[in-house]
Amino acid sequence: MAEVEETLKRIQSHKGVIGTMVVNAEGIPIRTTLDNSTTVQYAGLLHQLTMKARSTVRDIDPQNDLTFLRIRSKKHEIMVAPGTLAFHFLVKSSFCFTR
Amino acid sequence: MEIVYVYVKKRSEFGKQCNFSDRQAELNIDIAPNPALAEQFVERNPVDTGIQCSVSMSEHEANTERFEMETRGVNHVEGGWPKDVNPLELEQTIRFRKKVEKDENYINTIMQLGSIMEHCIKQNNAIDIYEEYFHDEEAVEVTEEAPSAKTINVFRDPQEIKRAATHLSWHPDGNRKLAVAYSCLDFQRAPVGMSNDSYIWDLENPNKPELTLKPSSPLVTLEYNPKDSHVLLGGCYNGQIACWDTRKGSLVADLSTIEFSHRDPVYGTIWLQSKTGTECFSASTDGQVMWWDIRKISEPTEVVIMDITRKEQLENALGAISLEFESTLPTKFMVGTEQGIIISCNRKAKTPAEKIVCTFSGHHGPIYALQRNPFYPKNFLTVGDWTARIWSEDSRESSIMWTKYHMAYLTDAAWSPVRPAVFFTTKMDGTLDIWDFVFKQCDPALSLKVCDEALFCLRAQDNGCLIACGSQLGTTTLLEVSSGLSTLQRNERNIASSMFERETRREKILEARHREMRLKEKGKVEGRDEEQRDEGLPTDLEALVNKAEEEFFDIIFAELKKQEADAIKPKPMPQQPSSEEGQVAQEGEDATGERGGDEEEEDLA
Repeated sequence: MAEVEETLKRIQSHKGVIGTMVVNAEGIPIRTTLDNSTTVQYAGLLHQLTMKARSTVRDIDPQNDLTFLRIRSKKHEIMVAPGTLAFHFLVKSSFCFTR
Repeated sequence: MEIVYVYVKKRSEFGKQCNFSDRQAELNIDIAPNPALAEQFVERNPVDTGIQCSVSMSEHEANTERFEMETRGVNHVEGGWPKDVNPLELEQTIRFRKKVEKDENYINTIMQLGSIMEHCIKQNNAIDIYEEYFHDEEAVEVTEEAPSAKTINVFRDPQEIKRAATHLSWHPDGNRKLAVAYSCLDFQRAPVGMSNDSYIWDLENPNKPELTLKPSSPLVTLEYNPKDSHVLLGGCYNGQIACWDTRKGSLVADLSTIEFSHRDPVYGTIWLQSKTGTECFSASTDGQVMWWDIRKISEPTEVVIMDITRKEQLENALGAISLEFESTLPTKFMVGTEQGIIISCNRKAKTPAEKIVCTFSGHHGPIYALQRNPFYPKNFLTVGDWTARIWSEDSRESSIMWTKYHMAYLTDAAWSPVRPAVFFTTKMDGTLDIWDFVFKQCDPALSLKVCDEALFCLRAQDNGCLIACGSQLGTTTLLEVSSGLSTLQRNERNIASSMFERETRREKILEARHREMRLKEKGKVEGRDEEQRDEGLPTDLEALVNKAEEEFFDIIFAELKKQEADAIKPKPMPQQPSSEEGQVAQEGEDATGERGGDEEEEDLA
């Protein structure tokens, strides 16, 4: 239990991390550092995207599996670590870049 | 013949409904074919008929079943909560969450995912892969093409006995013509039957010169009058000045009298900026610079003797081999001499002695070219011995920038009229070097072998793109320079001027230091033995000369001995050593003989 706390705290304390979220398989946010509405929004949207990404990877190669998903946008980067039971989302700001 | 069918209907039957009935076919009329009619027609052979050969298609329409569409929106509400948990109740949700967190599986998963996540975060923090570098620098529009130059045209001397092209001049309007002066500069070695003619070439026609100029003595220099493009000024090998009018033909329009002309070939002639456009001046190795007005060319209007001791002695005068005049500085002119000294003169000085303002020395040999930078007239370029040097008027002791010593003698140089930092030089081995000192200072930016024989003269056209160079066998080559070298670069003027200033400053500092050191030395030596020095002076010169001679011969003999020793060493062919010794001994004799002769000359000078 304590390790979990520690891990989450450590992740949150990294440079550039805005918020952390832990979501279970049903899409219920277990742990979050962001406010409720944002959490709910992210959880709902990202959950579906992650499922789709995972199914894509497995469709292409059934032995393969999704290990990590990064969504870089103009303002932030969203990093998703999918597990079997829980998903770990991270909203992180990346350095400003132009494309 | 009428075909008529009579249709009869009773009046009482009008309006009755039609009663159709069937009956057998009746032959109403039978018209037999009349072959005589065929003669009124002509058989058409062949017959042209259009036929379409394509896939036969038919068009159908069909109605499919309608596909039903609906637009729907989704409202995100927290979901996924198990049935017993009411998402709105805070307590219940908290309780649920706590329960999940206690799950062991959950803990393991979090640990695992946490480590993956950290790894990626650290990656992100380590380096920003989408960083834009140099986003405040504009894209460089200039394509980074290597500097290049290509030959466009070659004008060969139509004479059989080839003479060297010693001077080139571009036509002042439009630069479509090139005047080339041909002469043989080897002293008294001009072959018999060599023609005196010089030519004006039209760039479009390299096979035949447009106009031949026939002087009485070969022309060493030739210049177009910048004000009047029909008039040309030529300096002859025998010292006379001649001028032509191209409208009048190829014979000399005017010639200066021999008694008042130069005594040596005229090496430099330049037109002056005057209201009448008829004034010019010339310089020659006899040590005189003469001013002429071509309306009265029989006598010079003014003569200045290049005597740097300012005593107006012709015997001490230095031979002038190049002349420089910039129309933006009308009273000043510069003369490059055979002795390697550049003399800067002022035409408007009161007394003839004051005409010579200052001298710049630094070259070891005659100064074949002298030109001010068209953008920064305070700096000028000279070429002499094996280097090209750039000078600043402020720095009198030495040049501010110079090239390394080349393997071949440099014969001519010119600044590019478009770019302040680019200049061209020609060498005795037939190469043309293009120097760009904002790009590279140690080596030329481009070095081209134009021909196998020596190149004698060079002239750049006003647009900076075309360069004409003349060679020893009279071939004039026209080259086009790549656009990178002939368009003004961004910031180039500032960079060039700052380079000039920096080098001038450096030279000034060095000069100051040298002066200080010399003063110190003088102070020390003077303090010591003044008397001894006074006595020693008259005999000093002779003693020094003798000492120099002795040292010289010692070195020569040592070299010879070394060569003989090398020759005596055992060699594969037994006959060789003796013949080599004999050769070496002879060479040694010749060398000492020659050098002895040189030594004598030096003594006289």
